Amino acid sequence: MRRGLDGPAPEERPTPEGRRNDQGIRIDPEVEATHLPRRTVISTLVQHEPGVLAEVSGLFSRRQFNIESLTVGPTDDEDRARITLVVEEPDPGIDQVKKQLRKLVPVISVRELAPDAMRRELALVKVDAERPDQVAAVADMYDATTVDSSPETATFEITGARQKIEAAIETFGQFGIREISRTGTTALARGTAETAAPVSATESATDQPTQQDQYTADDD
Amino acid sequence: MSERAASVTPAEEQDDEQPDADAQIADGAAPDATEESETTPEPVTTGAEAVVRALENAGVEYAFGVQGGAIMPVYDALYDSDIYHVTMAHEQGAAHAADAYGIVSGEPGICLATSGPGATNLVTGIADADMDSDPMVALTGQVPTAFVGNDAFQETDTTGVTTPITKENTFSSDPDRVGTDVSEAFALARDGRPGPTLVDLPKDVTKSETDREPDDPRVPDTYEVQERADEEIVAAAAERIENAAKPVMLLGGGVIKGEASDVCREFAIEHEIPVITTMPGIGAFPEDHELSLEMAGMHGTGYANMAITHCDALIGIGTRFDDRLTGGIETFAPDAELIHVDIDPAEISKNIRADYPLVGDAATVVEQLCEAIDASPKVAKWRAQCQQWKSDYSMAYEAPEDEPVQPEFVVEALDEATSDRAIVTTGVGQHQMWACQYWTYTEPRTWVSSHGLGTMGYGLPAAIGARLAADDDQEVVCIDGDGSFLMTLQELSVAVRENLDITVAVLNNEYIGMVRQWQDAFFEGRHSASEYHWCPEFDKLAEAFGARGFRIDDYDEVAETIEAALAYDGPSVIDVHIDPEANVYPMVPSGGDNGQFALTEEQL
Repeated sequence: MRRGLDGPAPEERPTPEGRRNDQGIRIDPEVEATHLPRRTVISTLVQHEPGVLAEVSGLFSRRQFNIESLTVGPTDDEDRARITLVVEEPDPGIDQVKKQLRKLVPVISVRELAPDAMRRELALVKVDAERPDQVAAVADMYDATTVDSSPETATFEITGARQKIEAAIETFGQFGIREISRTGTTALARGTAETAAPVSATESATDQPTQQDQYTADDD
Repeated sequence: MSERAASVTPAEEQDDEQPDADAQIADGAAPDATEESETTPEPVTTGAEAVVRALENAGVEYAFGVQGGAIMPVYDALYDSDIYHVTMAHEQGAAHAADAYGIVSGEPGICLATSGPGATNLVTGIADADMDSDPMVALTGQVPTAFVGNDAFQETDTTGVTTPITKENTFSSDPDRVGTDVSEAFALARDGRPGPTLVDLPKDVTKSETDREPDDPRVPDTYEVQERADEEIVAAAAERIENAAKPVMLLGGGVIKGEASDVCREFAIEHEIPVITTMPGIGAFPEDHELSLEMAGMHGTGYANMAITHCDALIGIGTRFDDRLTGGIETFAPDAELIHVDIDPAEISKNIRADYPLVGDAATVVEQLCEAIDASPKVAKWRAQCQQWKSDYSMAYEAPEDEPVQPEFVVEALDEATSDRAIVTTGVGQHQMWACQYWTYTEPRTWVSSHGLGTMGYGLPAAIGARLAADDDQEVVCIDGDGSFLMTLQELSVAVRENLDITVAVLNNEYIGMVRQWQDAFFEGRHSASEYHWCPEFDKLAEAFGARGFRIDDYDEVAETIEAALAYDGPSVIDVHIDPEANVYPMVPSGGDNGQFALTEEQL
């Protein structure tokens, strides 16, 4: 006995013209639009209470968002902390990051920062100090501050945009780097713009990403 | 609610002669609203009393749970409460019962468990409620705060474990705050997009003295829900619908949770737009209506899948575009512009990009759309096409007398023997799909199943929760599979103890049938661990529990056995020996093209 239902077989059925891409966007056959990942900074204001950071970081791991760095610290309001996230995702992914973050009950507001936002990172670099003069010259070049020195090593503090820190690390590399510790990016919006002012649900939902700029010039 | 009340059919008053099981419970123990308001409740003296008071203030009638060390103070406070506690056989049963209670009643179901193993046993049920956005509050005991973090006896980091599967959870550390934490959890479970919440209750906190009455249920300030959609987008969406040549409405579970079934029905009927439901959306639109194309997706009807594949405007309401619905994203409604209504902004453009994102309460937004539409779309040709597909791909099946009983026949016989308002619960597997396909649902909140998580064993405990939430004249039928039933059948003891009028029909093919179907299709028929020839005789097992047991082997036994089982005033189990080779069709292979659904194994 033949098992199953009756009806025209798959090859006898009409098929539609269109197609969507893997981001669920209908494709115009002329221009196939797939969003490439871009790096962006998301600043979020949260209730300053235990477990919030775990909730935020857990959200990122279980939804497989590609997180580049995460920093957290108190604000002028002792009930609120600011979490600054750098993510690298295609636009639909960035949009999801913002919406999913906003869903967490202790999250007060979520904002993606404009490309001109001030972004800073701090790094501690411990290098071999066999050539102190040259090490000092490189440190000077990157405005690095000496934090510690011993007969064999020197440790510098460098603050700045990510690219500057990476350039400094590369240059220090010629002396032999023993250890590095970096903080990840923290950021604030420029001028009078508020970094993480509350966003209404509509705005976050309907807000189609407009900033196509890649943060290639990752500095200020 | 109005729908449920409005559709009482005279056919269903047959149970009147028999005293109803829940009526007895209700008379004996459940709170009586008028009585309660006359007496002023005693002031709370402990954290545990504040917890129970918070539940009472929220109007809770039933709670499902299992006793244990760390939750004992709460149970002690429940001893004096009018809340009726249903002791379950296993905490997973408590969570599913509370979940189903929430689905049927619309108000959060409550489940309780102790710390450690009690709490972890709730986890599957909480995850299930989370995937299906069902309102539920879980209260878990915890070791005293001084022991927390020391790997104390029966300690688990419950809030840590449940963070990914709850809408919100709280470790309650202050006896003055614990009642309010529970009130807030109740409000959060219910408001906006519903979901499970959890409050972890350390034993010292619930034992401590406090005179602080809990605040009324309200959500925290940081939780915002948008009710009305942006008017401009509504206007644009309305215009898109007016101009659509091939529109389809896709109603998800959010339509039922948002009490939007009525307005969606009006909208579809007025503009003659064909309607498809997702699996959680079953019951949002009457399946016996001409416009209904029933369910789309992996095991949806052929006509629904043809319509969704060929539509040019898709009005998705309260659906999250799960992969069991969409199949491969690339081929999902590829020509359609998507108008997406959802109360959760994060669902918009998550899986399928919305061209018209409408964030808001389903009922409110559909009303906005109703007002914004000036003219119905011209859909005569499209509707004729949908009707043609309905006859091309009809869900007819063959049931020859000389073959084993076909499952479809049993589902249809059960449907015929019960009222339109009968509630169906299921486990997960082939039987669940037959219950979707061959039962004609016409009312919301009559379909109770595990959709997103796909939890085997959901059916029986869900039937217990559904029975207590349902009206007395609504039958509760659990359509289960042998594998699913085996996972939670100990809850039969609860149904017997409470004398709940539930009919369980186990579609027994002695297989984990859906796995066997996939193994036949995709694993060369190698039935690795899917053969259940060692199944017990469920009718005898039912008798051992004190329920009534029935067995069906042949077609001529079907009608009268079902009638006898339904007539029995208490839990009954029918062990239905169905064709072990019966498979579920149509089928869209995982990640496949909905329009290319297979009607037979050869087409896979």
